[in-house]
Amino acid sequence: MKNKSVEYELRLYVAGNTPRSITALNNLNRYCEEHLKGRYKIEVIDLLVTPQLAQGDQILAIPTLVRKVPEPIRKIIGDLSNEEKVLVGLDIKPLIKIA
Amino acid sequence: MNQKVVKRAGLKALLKSPTGITGLDQITQGGIPAGRPTLVCGETGCGKTLLSVEFLIRGALEFNEPGVLMAFEEKAEELAVNVASLGFDLEKLQKQNKIKVDYVHIDRTEIQETGEYDLGGIFVRLGHAIDSIGAKRVVLDTIENIFSGLSDQRILRSELRRLFQWLKDKNVTAIITGEKGEGTLTRQGLEEYVSDCVILLDHRIENQISTRRLRVVKYRGSIHGTNEYPFLIDEDGISVLPITSSKLDASVSTERVPTGIPTLDMMLGGQGFFRGSSILVSGTAGTGKTSIAASFANACCERNERCIFFSFEESPHQIIRNMRSIGMDLQAHINSGLLKFVASRPTLFGLEMHLVAIHKIINNFKPTTIILDPITNLVTMGSISEVKSMLIRLIDFLQSEQITVMFTALTLSTSTSEQTDEGVSSIVDAWVLVRDIESNGERNRGMYIMKSRGMKHSNQVREFVINDNGLSLVDVFLGPDGVLVGSAREAQELEEATGVALKSHASSRTDREIERKKFVLESKIASLKEEFESVKDELNKTQIEEQLRKEILEKNRAEMKRKRLDQTLVKPSADKKKNPNKKKK
Repeated sequence: MKNKSVEYELRLYVAGNTPRSITALNNLNRYCEEHLKGRYKIEVIDLLVTPQLAQGDQILAIPTLVRKVPEPIRKIIGDLSNEEKVLVGLDIKPLIKIA
Repeated sequence: MNQKVVKRAGLKALLKSPTGITGLDQITQGGIPAGRPTLVCGETGCGKTLLSVEFLIRGALEFNEPGVLMAFEEKAEELAVNVASLGFDLEKLQKQNKIKVDYVHIDRTEIQETGEYDLGGIFVRLGHAIDSIGAKRVVLDTIENIFSGLSDQRILRSELRRLFQWLKDKNVTAIITGEKGEGTLTRQGLEEYVSDCVILLDHRIENQISTRRLRVVKYRGSIHGTNEYPFLIDEDGISVLPITSSKLDASVSTERVPTGIPTLDMMLGGQGFFRGSSILVSGTAGTGKTSIAASFANACCERNERCIFFSFEESPHQIIRNMRSIGMDLQAHINSGLLKFVASRPTLFGLEMHLVAIHKIINNFKPTTIILDPITNLVTMGSISEVKSMLIRLIDFLQSEQITVMFTALTLSTSTSEQTDEGVSSIVDAWVLVRDIESNGERNRGMYIMKSRGMKHSNQVREFVINDNGLSLVDVFLGPDGVLVGSAREAQELEEATGVALKSHASSRTDREIERKKFVLESKIASLKEEFESVKDELNKTQIEEQLRKEILEKNRAEMKRKRLDQTLVKPSADKKKNPNKKKK
């Protein structure tokens, strides 16, 4: 019920412009447009450029999507090809039901 | 130092990176392979993390090689506290940029997997950490934890393979730790990927006592010790002992060390034991073994030499108090720093641990003499053969260091006294046996030297006396009924003295008797002589008479002849007068 006021802050960690990173980013953009239109922010972090940021968010795998807001922090790794899993992982499935 | 040797060989031999861990570099002949990953595996709590952290810290402190620790299990702060107990200041090293700790947190509940991924994050973090301090050493502890956090085995395996190859390409010396699995060295079979050097740590419990052991399972391209080596974790970190010395080439000394009991020295050709030899003192309970040992230690300290007294039975204070009662002031030696007491219950840790601990203490204190009192208690932790092998190794080590060692051993009953002694009686150089001699309702101590290699020694049983002034040996008294000791000896001595008086009295009586007999016989001889004289006279008399008669007869006959002749010439009447005589003949 509070969902509408909550802004989603998402971070996608990648390492260079690999095909997998591009797929992940494309998938993410698509899901967000579909389910969170106007309520989200995506930040893409290239660890090849800023490796020191990997430690802070405990990044193991590439690509990793981190939901910073709302709490608690959630992580989804992989190219985000399974829409359902991504939505469950980001905890945005209930919204669809309401919709 | 082994690196130098390898280089000198001219061939392109394996470069090694010294770990700085006591003993491990000896086993591996210089360290773990430089620029390659090494797998350290073992069960929980066997010291994997500690070994790898020590490798990093020693690398940073002693070999000027910065290191990166990627921890998958413990947080950086926890690690810092853990290694602080070993005297390492991890935080300070981190501030000095000598060590970088990166804690990798894996929580399955936080992570959702979808689609393809790789472990690029770890590569990036590791790469960043290595580059930021110019690390030469890397520890991944315990990377297998990834398997619990991520589910795609296929990806993980290929990524690990890539990671280890990447570490090689980075030319860092890495230690990867892994938990021991069922039937495999590690749960996830990491040994498949890390195949240059594998070190297995073990933590075994026997008779409720744990012993840590280390074994180099594999070392590609290098010779290494293959045995299991016990190791110890204490306030100085890990020490491994490559103690199995197969050679028998220790140098020997001809110098003698007195035992502190002058009369015992006398039994040993007057000078005592050889320096660097091993001496076993065995005996039943209460025969004074500890006193002998303490007096040996006391003598050592009085020569201004250092001595360590390992006590497995009594506390130092107890020994000091007890020895004071027989005139030995051990406290003074402790105060002057010559004597060190190390008292521990044998059950404190396993045999091997004792050995490691003894080694460490000896290396620090550098004594010339050590006492182990008693070795019998060590058997509580192991079989006799284990104790024997431990003592052999200890004696080997002591011999190479020219340290004289005295063991005491308790024999349980006199009937088996020649066989027990933890089976070490064959390996020691000298064996002094103290035993109870029970007779006439009292117990006395008898001491003899069963063996003493390379020196003349007495074969006699001596009575061993402990009094206010210390220890001494008295000759046992060989009475007509055998060996006498204690009050029986004193009684016999008295009796003997009485006997002497009696004997002298008796002999004087015999002398007089002889004198009398002589007198009697002499008088007999005199009377016989008289008798003989008279018989001789008698005989002479008859002989003379005979002679006379003969002479007279001859005379008469001649007279007759003459007269007859006259008669025929003058007068025949004269002839008639003499006739009767003539007719008789």
